[in-house]
Amino acid sequence: CHPSRVSLIVGGQSHKRRRTSEPIEIEDRLESLICRVGEKSTSSLESNLEGLAGVLEADLPNYKNKILRILCAVARLLPEKLTVYTTLVGLLNARNYNFGGEFVEAMIRQLKETLKANLYTEALYLVRFLSDLVNCHVIAAPSMVAMFENFVSVTQEEDVPQVRSDWFVYVVLSSLPWVGKELYEKKDVEMDRLLNQIDGYLKRRLKTHVPMLQVWTAEKPHPQEEYLDCLWAQIQKLKKDRWQERHILRPYIAFDSVLCEALQHNLPPFTPPAHTPDCQYPVPRVVFRVFDYTDAPEVVCSANVGINTVFLLYISAAQLLSYPGKNKIPLNYHIVEVIFGELFQLPCPPHIDVMYTTLLIELCKLQPGSLPQVLAQATEMMYMRLDTMNTTCIDRLLNWFSHHLSNFQFRWSWDDWADCLAMDADKPKPKFVKEVLEKCMRLSYHQRIVDIVPPTFSALIPAEPIFFYKYQDEANSALPGYAVAITVGNAIKNRASNEEILTVLKDVPNPNQEDDDDEGEGFNPLKIEVFLQTLLHLAAKSFSHSFSALAKFHEILKALTDCDEGKLHILRVVYEVWRNHPQMISVLVDKLIRTQIVDCAAVANWLFSPNMAHEFTRFYVWEILHSTIRKMNKHVQKIQKELEEAKEKLEKQQHKKDMERNSEDEDGQLEEQIERLQEKVESAQSEQKNLFLVIFQRFIMMLTEHLVRCETGSVDFNTPWYKNCIERLQQIFLMHHVTIQQYVGTLENLLFTAELDHHILAVYQQFCALQL
Amino acid sequence: MSIKLNALFSDSYVDVSQYRDQHFKGNRYEQEKLLKQSNTLYVGNLSFYTTEEQVYELFSKSGDVKRIIIGLDKVKKTACGFCFVEYYTRADAENAMRFVNGTRLDDRIIRTDWDAGFKEGRQYGRGKSGGQVRDEYRQDYDPARGGYGKVVARPQSIRTTT
Repeated sequence: CHPSRVSLIVGGQSHKRRRTSEPIEIEDRLESLICRVGEKSTSSLESNLEGLAGVLEADLPNYKNKILRILCAVARLLPEKLTVYTTLVGLLNARNYNFGGEFVEAMIRQLKETLKANLYTEALYLVRFLSDLVNCHVIAAPSMVAMFENFVSVTQEEDVPQVRSDWFVYVVLSSLPWVGKELYEKKDVEMDRLLNQIDGYLKRRLKTHVPMLQVWTAEKPHPQEEYLDCLWAQIQKLKKDRWQERHILRPYIAFDSVLCEALQHNLPPFTPPAHTPDCQYPVPRVVFRVFDYTDAPEVVCSANVGINTVFLLYISAAQLLSYPGKNKIPLNYHIVEVIFGELFQLPCPPHIDVMYTTLLIELCKLQPGSLPQVLAQATEMMYMRLDTMNTTCIDRLLNWFSHHLSNFQFRWSWDDWADCLAMDADKPKPKFVKEVLEKCMRLSYHQRIVDIVPPTFSALIPAEPIFFYKYQDEANSALPGYAVAITVGNAIKNRASNEEILTVLKDVPNPNQEDDDDEGEGFNPLKIEVFLQTLLHLAAKSFSHSFSALAKFHEILKALTDCDEGKLHILRVVYEVWRNHPQMISVLVDKLIRTQIVDCAAVANWLFSPNMAHEFTRFYVWEILHSTIRKMNKHVQKIQKELEEAKEKLEKQQHKKDMERNSEDEDGQLEEQIERLQEKVESAQSEQKNLFLVIFQRFIMMLTEHLVRCETGSVDFNTPWYKNCIERLQQIFLMHHVTIQQYVGTLENLLFTAELDHHILAVYQQFCALQL
Repeated sequence: MSIKLNALFSDSYVDVSQYRDQHFKGNRYEQEKLLKQSNTLYVGNLSFYTTEEQVYELFSKSGDVKRIIIGLDKVKKTACGFCFVEYYTRADAENAMRFVNGTRLDDRIIRTDWDAGFKEGRQYGRGKSGGQVRDEYRQDYDPARGGYGKVVARPQSIRTTT
């Protein structure tokens, strides 16, 4: 049986399947001992720490550097065991003052490196670790205050992105739950001054980015607080409570008599590294909340101590097994809120989406008597607030919900949601239910969905995924191309060659051409239609059949779709025949791109075309578009990597050449290859940029048209369609902000100019604010 | 600055299992090497009625699927309860091992394992009756996997003469 997946995600260990064949060296053993301390054990944490401190002290003469490195690594990578390790360091420092000093120096070096490497989360954990070392009498409080003062002075810097000063303030505030009490006891005047500076900064900083990152657009029932504002409110409350903080485990308290004998070190003066254009500061966040505090009065806002899924689950996995009955409830609310908070985080969740689904399934198994109810309650609350939920978050919610249901026999109290049946189909609630049922069908089959919902929900059941063949039977014999369709069908069934089939297709008249126009090789939509409809019809049985068909007749398809109109038409035909099976459309479009029968821009143009306007708000359309953009991005990355590798190879070869005699030829070949790759990279990058420009252009056209039409008709522009469309535009910016950053110049000059309607321009400005 | 914390990063869900394909052409070392680099997963305990579409939908949650090969009964050429899922990248396959393995598809808990790579012929069951070996000898009744195991369905085959 599997070790608990919860502990896997926490980065815990496999207690089974250990490879016993390798000899365990002392260094490995040290690593293992240090990593395991604080985990479930028959002895108390205090005695384990005491014991480990003794072992490490004895090993210091021979293994000091190794121990230093391990401790630095756990400080950076195991934030959930922060206080366990600070206590350990405290004990070691009490026994060996020099070691304590060397550890602090190593931590400072590590802090500098993580900041240089844009590893801001790890840097945060390091600073928090250092601040807790004050509690363990390793670091002197005044020197910690001095470091915090240096951090906060970043708010005085000019011409730096706001996200830079945001981060330094965030680091200081999020360390205070651990060390606020101690710092105030020793340096209250300086701390007050520090907090006043922070207060001033928070009041004057811009919050343009907030609308783009909120999960809900409404202020009720909970305001969607910007993360720094939320944290500040929590710290102020904590200060008012005289820093009485009840949630953090503090093992060092038990060792106070030992630790207070220890000599402390002063942190060296630490200047935050200067801002450079390479710096990639974390994107700001908005705090997610789904429960009222009346539901669970002891729930603590997770942002105030920077608790994330990893931290939370570490404590909950242990505590879940030991909490008596009723106390489990607040913890379950907390767990659910943290998990959804991460899942809905904009731009992206910290972990892959499916991880959260599996995590919740595991937690339901661990706590079958309490967690499922809380989860159902959360789902209900999110359903009730769908009207104001960000479209991207609705996507993630419906993905999660349908996948979750598929693990629990699709059991759900659908009747509780009967209110959606009376609403217009384009309203968020019925739309949500419809999309959920469609996703559920993909994981099962049509009849199953019919069986699981009450009969009243039949209008929301997805269509049966059947194929629509235009030339199905003799009733269609009047259609142009019918006869050829039959012939082609037979030819394919009889394994005719490509040439033979092309010959048959020559007989298809071209509705686009004049009768006396003898060219014959131009774009012929009817030819495409006849061939592709017939081919896909014959291959309709499964994905594999369809893929084989596309592969087998790749040559013909390429020939038929040599121009942009051809590519567009192929996509139209795919939609026509498979319009009831969106999943099939998705996979076919994917294959058509990968086999270069259509290009990414064609897909974008097709999705935005008037023919697809009625599908524009359907989830599958956006699945396809985002998948297309991702393919484009991966393609560029792949060629860039090939170029890098070729350059490295050349460098190595030239280096070798200095020492041995190498053929000039080899060098020449490589240089040629590099030149070709360089061209390929440029071409791919240009295609990528073009794709985004096409998408933005189309959005602007659609939205402008809508806004103008509403204005002239004196109707409210803020329809469900508009909300969906503008949030999809936001979604493009958010999901691909790193790539799009490169095009800011072009975007500003060409597309997002001052003449644009301010509603559309606002989205662009919010995007820019993400890295201000 | 990164030291490999072996104890910390043991990611047992991604480890290679004990299973080795007896029909593999090559030695143990070669097989293990391929398993450690593979982008292909074997998926077991499927219902006979689980479709390629369902497998695609589920396994796409950990990344883009390159192809799926449904396992077939060697005689009947119908689905016999397993398949191969190949990803474009190893990282996506690893995420499937972490987060899809052990969850349900078509109401059944499915199991994934590394595969050395699909070769023609490996899509067929290796049981005597044409399906998978495990369906030859099992004693329970599983309606999604053809009912009773073959050995139960043909009791004469286990009767010994007195």
